[in-house]
Amino acid sequence: MLEIKNLHATINNTEILKGINLKINSGAVHAIMGPNGSGKTTLSSVLAGRDGYTVTKGEILFFGQNLLDLSVEDRAIAGLFLAMQYPIEIPGVNNSYFLKTALNSIRKAHGENPLDAFDFMAIAKKYLHAVGMDEKFLKRSVNAGFSGGEKKRNEIFQMLLLQPKLAILDEMDSGLDIDALQIIASGVNALRNQTRSFLIITHYQRLLNYIEPDFVHVLLNGKIVKSGDKNLALEIESNGYADLSILDKQ
Amino acid sequence: MSDKSYLDRVVKKQYEFGFTTDIEMDVAPAGLNEDIIRLISHKKNEPEFMLTWRLEAYRYWLTLKKEIPAWAHLKIDPIDFQALSYYAAPKSTKNAPKSLSEVDPKLLETYEKLGIPLHERAKLAGVAVDAVFDSVSVATTFKEKLNDAGVIFCSFSEAVQKHPALVEKYLGSVVSYRDNFFATLNSAVFSDGSFVYIPKGVRCPMELSTYFRINTAKTGQFERTLIIADENSYVSYLEGCTAPMRDENQLHAAVVELVAHKNAQIKYATVQNWYPGDENGQGGIYNFVTKRGICLEENAKISWTQIETGSAITWKYPSVILRGDHSVGEFYSVALTNHYQQADTGTKMIHIGKNTKSTIISKGITAGHGQNSYRGLVRINPGAMHARNYSQCDSLLIGAQCGAHTFPYIVVKNQTAQIEHEATTSKISDDQLFYCRQRGISSEDAVSLIVNGFCKAVFQELPMEFAVEAQKLLEVSLEGSIG
Repeated sequence: MLEIKNLHATINNTEILKGINLKINSGAVHAIMGPNGSGKTTLSSVLAGRDGYTVTKGEILFFGQNLLDLSVEDRAIAGLFLAMQYPIEIPGVNNSYFLKTALNSIRKAHGENPLDAFDFMAIAKKYLHAVGMDEKFLKRSVNAGFSGGEKKRNEIFQMLLLQPKLAILDEMDSGLDIDALQIIASGVNALRNQTRSFLIITHYQRLLNYIEPDFVHVLLNGKIVKSGDKNLALEIESNGYADLSILDKQ
Repeated sequence: MSDKSYLDRVVKKQYEFGFTTDIEMDVAPAGLNEDIIRLISHKKNEPEFMLTWRLEAYRYWLTLKKEIPAWAHLKIDPIDFQALSYYAAPKSTKNAPKSLSEVDPKLLETYEKLGIPLHERAKLAGVAVDAVFDSVSVATTFKEKLNDAGVIFCSFSEAVQKHPALVEKYLGSVVSYRDNFFATLNSAVFSDGSFVYIPKGVRCPMELSTYFRINTAKTGQFERTLIIADENSYVSYLEGCTAPMRDENQLHAAVVELVAHKNAQIKYATVQNWYPGDENGQGGIYNFVTKRGICLEENAKISWTQIETGSAITWKYPSVILRGDHSVGEFYSVALTNHYQQADTGTKMIHIGKNTKSTIISKGITAGHGQNSYRGLVRINPGAMHARNYSQCDSLLIGAQCGAHTFPYIVVKNQTAQIEHEATTSKISDDQLFYCRQRGISSEDAVSLIVNGFCKAVFQELPMEFAVEAQKLLEVSLEGSIG
């Protein structure tokens, strides 16, 4: 589904990604771990098409299509979803109105009929319960005044609603207590199936206690230096990233 | 397309109502003098008191410097008041139409294009419409139904003929002809407008509405609206405005007076979409309007709601004089400026009575090279015990070339007053656009989502069908303002 080939990217002419290679098949859950500054958020931003990042070399294929040719919204329509580490606040815009617009934009692009307010509410309520939030939450402005945990749950709620083909979760576990962590994990696990893939970006191993990855990759200084199964995450948890930095220098 | 360049593109959308109607017009020669005023008064077959009042206003106007007041945050080229024509009327209305079937079909066609429900089928919409074409009121629908309720809703000219006592009593009672330069000019030359009288204890059975249209080139439009709500009555009134596209600037200087008696309520809403000029700031309407209401006696309530998206220059401050004890004044405003549009708009809440209350919610949106200023006065007079005011002035900027300004004036002469003022300035950020787009929402839709969210508190004050219209209008006015 997703294939990243020799990806190099810069911010303000500083090279952050230095040749990433990664292949994600349908139905697979990949975790990318790495210390601060290793390029984790840059990778997710480049995949989503955020402004301010320049791809200098390499390519990204998404279902065989050149992802870098697509606008931000077309990537979303093609099924790419980014749950952000710092979700953006949009004061004044009602959460349910925002989500209905998003869902209907994607449906429209796929030639499906838009949902009316009733159908939307029925679906929204179902997923609200899944993330442990009440209906008042739909009437609040998008992320405005939300606590850190509420923002993260809102991201997962949106993911459930939009049913993406590839969900990228960027450091969803930062600053969360165990309860919130479990809610996020159960949201992801509920969506896992043969055709949907996940790319879970994290600093710590603990989220992976709840979401069992098929593959774990270690990102250091803009490159994937080691790949393995879920045991690699446990290894890093006990030994830290320092042991691996030697790999980067080879 | 990157978010940055997206935030820099400026509106290319054509003004929708820019057509002109080819119709035979009766236009007065350009220039202003006593003869022109006598001509206007004569053409309208006015009683003596009207001519006298007009001439007093004109003579006072002569003593004024022919300059636009300089205190507003506006850049205005000088206006040659002698180059304008002060009266233009479709020839076919000379013998005023008695029913819709007598109205020139071309006029009806024009209103059709504007989407105004002139025909009785509009009954479904439940809106009674008075339409003012250039300077003359051409048709008022639903007259009979309103008559049954005792409501008078007609053109100003008709009111002068049929209800001269009411006109004489209230004309100029809220906005005197000495009020300001443009009000003086209007008093001298106004040719028509709308008149509403709601008798005691009557709740007006439908929304009343007036559409204003400037058609003829090189004319000024000076209409005057007078609404009187007698004791225990209620009326909701809406006005809409459009004009053809022309390269030169056209002057519009209206006066609106509202009088609310004891326990009466007047809701007045404006959707103003005069031609704003092109994307280089060429042409467009100069909109200098004086709107004021008075809560004459206790428990009266006046609300102004305005959606201002048009005009090259907007200069208007719909105000409320809170004279009666426990009276209430409200002002809800969305003002949008794009391209080279300039708006200096706001309100005045003058608290005189005890326990008077006012609310001001102002939302300014500015894009392109637009300049948008909120200017408001809250005045608590010495006798206004326990007066309260809440003001909220928010500005939303789109792009980097525009400007938003807030000029609040607060004068408090009574220690028991309670005043709150909140103001925010925000910008539609690249991050917000990215977030929306990542969820599959296009940039255009994202902007209208954010703008509508920003204006929600004001749209809620509009009658339902007009709230939808206002939302669409904002979308059109902002189309491509980024991108």
